[in-house]
Amino acid sequence: MSAAWSIRLFMGAVGLVLAAPLLVIGGVALNEGRVLHFPPRGFSLQWFVDIWRDAGWFDALINSLSVATLSACLAVSIALPLAYFLWRWRVRYAAALYTLGTAPFVLPPVISALGFLAFWATAGLYGDYLTVVVSHAIFFVTLPMVTISLGFQSIDRGLVEAAATMGATPRQVFRTIVFPLVRPYIVSGFAFAFVLSLNEYIVAYMVAGFTVETLPIKIFNSLRYGYTPVMAAVAVVFVLVALLVFGLIARFGDLPRLLGALQGQEK
Amino acid sequence: MRTGKPRSLAEHAPLIYPALMLLVFFVIPFGIMLAVSFFQRVQGGFYEPSFTLDNYGRFLSAFFGNVLGFSLGLSALAAVICVGLAFPFTYLLTRLARRRQIAWLVFLLSVLSLSEVIVGFAWSTLLSRSAGISNLLVAVGLMAEPVSWSPGFAALLIGMCYLAFPYTVLLLYPSLVRLDRELVEAAMTMGASPLRAFFTVVVGAARNAILSGLILAFVFTLGIYLLPQLLGRPQHWTISVMITDQTIYQSNLPFGAAMAIFLMLVSLALIGLTLLLGRQKAAG
Repeated sequence: MSAAWSIRLFMGAVGLVLAAPLLVIGGVALNEGRVLHFPPRGFSLQWFVDIWRDAGWFDALINSLSVATLSACLAVSIALPLAYFLWRWRVRYAAALYTLGTAPFVLPPVISALGFLAFWATAGLYGDYLTVVVSHAIFFVTLPMVTISLGFQSIDRGLVEAAATMGATPRQVFRTIVFPLVRPYIVSGFAFAFVLSLNEYIVAYMVAGFTVETLPIKIFNSLRYGYTPVMAAVAVVFVLVALLVFGLIARFGDLPRLLGALQGQEK
Repeated sequence: MRTGKPRSLAEHAPLIYPALMLLVFFVIPFGIMLAVSFFQRVQGGFYEPSFTLDNYGRFLSAFFGNVLGFSLGLSALAAVICVGLAFPFTYLLTRLARRRQIAWLVFLLSVLSLSEVIVGFAWSTLLSRSAGISNLLVAVGLMAEPVSWSPGFAALLIGMCYLAFPYTVLLLYPSLVRLDRELVEAAMTMGASPLRAFFTVVVGAARNAILSGLILAFVFTLGIYLLPQLLGRPQHWTISVMITDQTIYQSNLPFGAAMAIFLMLVSLALIGLTLLLGRQKAAG
């Protein structure tokens, strides 16, 4: 067996193991019966329909989508001015600010989750819908911060200087040159935060697990207290959303560059 | 751009909102958590301000020692397996054509974003007796009858490695992308076999990346909190599970907070170590 073949075999095996859980989820979601058998029997899309029919699942879906959208917007709104400031000026405490922004993502999530819980309980807002939004925004602020910083770094200085020489005010420079160049990186940062927020469990559970049921919380509860194939259908939808979003980033952005920088910045 | 220092208030203005948000919603929560870890627990699930070291003193019990020892051992094992598989995989990935590389990256990111809940559910099904892999092995004649592998230690370890694998690949990716191709070619021109060139040249050149990958995978797996409940038995509960359990189900926030602070110090020390490694690389 040649080297090329053993390499293909190795990568294929890794890919198969990585894909195996996705195949199982797909099998459960498309299986006709309530209980999965081997080999699967029957084919049906009813579990996908149930996401819409069942009020509990539908509410959880709406909760998850709205929390992810709002928190990703909020995360970008924090990350954008911060990244702009760190790019625009030379300040001594820049590294400290940057580290502060990456900390929530690098530390084990249960730590941040507990911090949020202690904070919201003290503030008397434990269990409120907005606590989930704000907590997720802070928890995932790292992603837009890293991608947007990368966007700023890729701007050609000459362009900005030329515009300033021609008499553009800083506001005009930002609106006509800086912002359009950074926009794709803002979109990527938003997308990363959105997808991860959709799938996040521990922070959402700790700050409002008993009042605001997001999909991961609903899946966990139904796993423990009453199995239903609807959760697999939900999981399939999530995987498809992730594939679509990351596929779009890869199509319209430079994914290897984004990922090559993710760690370089984190360190 | 980095030109000059901001002087006027207007130039500082963009900083005000993000700094305030991070201060109020991240720094202050940590301060409160730190304070609560010294508080006294009172009956009924509440706590009152005081200054006690009792919560930290409980670390010294044999039960907690066992949990901590198990967590650290499990994470170390998972980190070694992950990096052991992810390193050659990432190296091969970076040698692929750009299009295929991107397809792999999209796939890895999608797996990475999978919720722990979904991963736990999928693996408990894959390792179950009724619909799992063992049925497949029976069908091809490798096993006599289907067996259940979950819950159990092996199931938990597999699940943890699965969660950490895409993360580890993406950690190793930047340094392996930049690795000079010519190094390997030179070694092979000098007569080394591809495998030998990989182990001596690639592994040698990426030594620091491997070490930081190990440490960060270790910290990542330490933070896994759902899989031990879904794929393991109660004796496989890790420190992250204990933190959640003490806080939510035992209503003992002070003890949970003390454990979280402890976990944070361990993680920070380890992350600091990777920063040192990174600096060494820059200097060397």
